Amino acid sequence: MTQVSEAPARTRAQISERTLRKDPWWRKPALVATLLTIWVLYATVRVFTGHWYWVPQYHYLTPFYSPCVSGECVPGSSSLGQWIPAIPPIIPYAFVSLPFVLGFRLSCYYYRGAYYKAFWRAPSACAVREPHASYSGETKFPLIMQNLHRFFFYMAVLISILNTYDLVQAFRGPDGAFGIGLGSIIMLINVVLLWAYTLSCHSCRHITGGRLKNFSKHPARYWIWTQISKLNTKHQQLAWTTLGTLMVTDLYVMLVASGAISDLRIFN
Amino acid sequence: MGYTAKFRVWRGDAGSGALKDYEVEVNEGEVVLDVLHRIQATQAGDLALRWNCKAGKCGSCSMEINGRPRLGCMTRMSVFEQSETLTITPLRTFPVIRDLVTDVSFNYEKALQIPSFTPDPDTKPGEFRMMQEDVNRSQEFRKCIECYLCQNTCHVIRDHEENENAFAGPRFLMRIAELEMHPADEADRRDIAQDDFGLGYCNITKCCTEVCPEHIKITDNALIPMKERVAGRKYDPLVWLGSKIGLRPKSAGTPSVPGKRP
Repeated sequence: MTQVSEAPARTRAQISERTLRKDPWWRKPALVATLLTIWVLYATVRVFTGHWYWVPQYHYLTPFYSPCVSGECVPGSSSLGQWIPAIPPIIPYAFVSLPFVLGFRLSCYYYRGAYYKAFWRAPSACAVREPHASYSGETKFPLIMQNLHRFFFYMAVLISILNTYDLVQAFRGPDGAFGIGLGSIIMLINVVLLWAYTLSCHSCRHITGGRLKNFSKHPARYWIWTQISKLNTKHQQLAWTTLGTLMVTDLYVMLVASGAISDLRIFN
Repeated sequence: MGYTAKFRVWRGDAGSGALKDYEVEVNEGEVVLDVLHRIQATQAGDLALRWNCKAGKCGSCSMEINGRPRLGCMTRMSVFEQSETLTITPLRTFPVIRDLVTDVSFNYEKALQIPSFTPDPDTKPGEFRMMQEDVNRSQEFRKCIECYLCQNTCHVIRDHEENENAFAGPRFLMRIAELEMHPADEADRRDIAQDDFGLGYCNITKCCTEVCPEHIKITDNALIPMKERVAGRKYDPLVWLGSKIGLRPKSAGTPSVPGKRP
């Protein structure tokens, strides 16, 4: 009787190279890591500086200090009042909004993918072997907290309303009447793009209509979902653009507030 | 004008093998699969590769070309420099049967585990009525040709074989999303998506979307909406409050898949 030998167990192709990609796959994660690091360093320095965040004659308030609720805030800059006594800026003056802004960006679906690749190398690029021995993704603490993105979205909407209030104030001249300066224009661009970034969020897309099974029964929500979906395709671009506009807005307010430059006034 | 190209093709079986060099003629308008067929016809008659339609619709000729998961029949030779050596390897995530042919049965097992379409039992055949806007989302997912390039490139199982039981992969999470968004489907698959099929393992790096030859927005239109639906059931503070004060009805989830939870 002929003996039939068992087929060997099938295993994956044993290829020792981490990747066989020949394109410069490392460039994008390196660029993302560099830009995010620069931005975080700049923002960290600025929120703890405690100076040059408010231009009293033109009512410019940098978004990094909105709302200015510390007792240290200079007169006129506290649109929501001062909630705590004067303390050194070891606590950022806008401590009520900054954690939510940070949480919104950290849990954003675009940024998550970007920083997992750029910093955590999980993976660095597609089809490039990651260096970790095990992987549990967003199933365990702390990364399971990413599911709170929607909560941060709700807070981001409130903060965008506050930014809009600050913008309206920035269209007042030295006498309190209507006025326009270069700072007002920069703040306008920033706030419009911040709204676009906030509303293009995947959570917003879900809440407005994505959660429905039957669009035909909810034509108004379907229309809103369609518009948000169009905006959502630009979420990545908006994520980067708003980092830039936040930085430019803050830098401009800082330069004017410190007296390094004068605001270019267009009207009043 | 034709030219001679350099190819390095992974040859082997049962996991052991090596890259073997070939020099082969390439003609204008050819794709990688054409050239592999020429190698098979002229130099390596025993080269194993899977193919069928040669039109990017059957999903058979999935392979890795210069390290990138692609369809052999849809990758034009003209995208490469003539002096470039092309490295062709089998899909890394699946066991090798021989040469470029892999055993993709993992995917069929996952497909079987997903609870199928569950309509209202009182709706009789012929009574289903759906508007186009209700099925647009699902129809995008139905473009899938099951080439499994997304499954292959997803690092959750590509780099971590131990996650194969817990994670269904983007193709089948997309199938769950398709049913979840289906206007006539009544099952609630949010719990099983998270707990039985490993939606939480996805860290949205969009590699599945990047390799999809049908250009399905797997991450943005299936995985993230599914994550949001799960968040709506488990993590939304307003939904939680609404269910506590009786403004939101509680819905029962689809029973867990046997053998998936400890």
